[in-house]
Amino acid sequence: MARIIAGMGTSHTPAIGVAVDTGKMDQPYWRPLFAGYEPARRWMAQTKPDVVIMVYNDHVNAFDFKVIPTFAIGCAEEFAIADEGWGARPVPPVKGYPEFAAHLVQSLVLDEFDITIVNEMQVDHGFTVPMSLAFGSPAEWPVRAIPLAVNVIQYPAPTGHRCYMLGKAIRAAVESWHEDLKVVIFGTGGMSHQIQGPRAGLVNSEFDIAFLDDLSRDPERLARIPPLEYLRDAGAEAIELVMWLVMRGALGERVKEITRFYRVPASSTAVGTIVLESQS
Amino acid sequence: MADDKAREPAHQEPYEDIPGTWVFDAQRARQGYPLNEFLYSLMKAENRAAFLENEPEYTLRFKMTPQQRAAVLERQWNRLLELGAVSYALAKLAFTDGKTYQWMAARMTGMTEQEYVDMMTKGGRSPDGWRSRSERPQAQRTGVTSTAGGTPPAKGPERD
Repeated sequence: MARIIAGMGTSHTPAIGVAVDTGKMDQPYWRPLFAGYEPARRWMAQTKPDVVIMVYNDHVNAFDFKVIPTFAIGCAEEFAIADEGWGARPVPPVKGYPEFAAHLVQSLVLDEFDITIVNEMQVDHGFTVPMSLAFGSPAEWPVRAIPLAVNVIQYPAPTGHRCYMLGKAIRAAVESWHEDLKVVIFGTGGMSHQIQGPRAGLVNSEFDIAFLDDLSRDPERLARIPPLEYLRDAGAEAIELVMWLVMRGALGERVKEITRFYRVPASSTAVGTIVLESQS
Repeated sequence: MADDKAREPAHQEPYEDIPGTWVFDAQRARQGYPLNEFLYSLMKAENRAAFLENEPEYTLRFKMTPQQRAAVLERQWNRLLELGAVSYALAKLAFTDGKTYQWMAARMTGMTEQEYVDMMTKGGRSPDGWRSRSERPQAQRTGVTSTAGGTPPAKGPERD
């Protein structure tokens, strides 16, 4: 059977992708960040997952405002890289896994999560920046990937609790697939940040560190954080952190922390990453 | 056509009292729909070129209000948020101008880009004093008139 062996939480700040694409990784501003991701990248290279489930959000690229799905799974063979307004990132297209994605959708809908099915879509920095951080800059991505897009752009995003429960349902869906596959699930976005209005630049490191700690210690507390608390205490865009709770929910009860890294800033964002192995 | 009316006090949501922030909720999304469709169109290189060629004419392709159109042409970033633009779509206007997210965020705070980068490098803006308008009693809707707590802006946010 397929198994979710681990999860990775990571920010997906677009400026990180720009730094990768324009050869700025060794500049003083960026060097500590990429060094901080090195253990996670090494773990990924050693672990060699067969499939990743990428829980991320689209930033008005695949979806405009005609249709706004709360949860959408990409079921295509391949996903092209979006031109977000300054040209597409020069990274390889993403290879999907239509059969496995279709199974996940079917299992999740019967488990009462009403997933939107997307048969054609492009992916933006929300997807590609975590891929670059986890897998570097290969000519082809070494894994197949299933995009799970979450609406966190138009308020309200699904609650943290709903995301956590979705993660649990994803675990069951993966385990009911016949192939022997090692699956790593990503929760992306965050951490504390606000990129709009006079309050832009807000960072709350205390909130972020507690969030990283409680992914292992007390994920139920994280699942109960109300939307308003994210907005007020950690910045309007910190609501993206609910996507980390999909990842955490999919890991089962017990996890082992492999590595973490936290740094301020990347552009307007507090950057965090964590790798958690499932022990259940 | 979208309307630009201020919200009825009876319909205020709890997050409305977060200073310096326009939460992109269902009402704002409704109001901003044509504005965001305009911004979304800037994903295509040929549309970016057409817009820069004749900005007033290009904006007429979309059913924006006169206030939304004026705010686009004058690059009033915070006003655009207030009129229903979502920041990720708004960034496409900044990209079209050859600017970055960081530049746009700095403009919204009233800082120069260097001042903004310096604030971020020192750990960012503390949430203390920025959680609610009760913490910032003299703040206007945008929260920029108060210098209590956080990092005060160097000047008004919209003076380009």
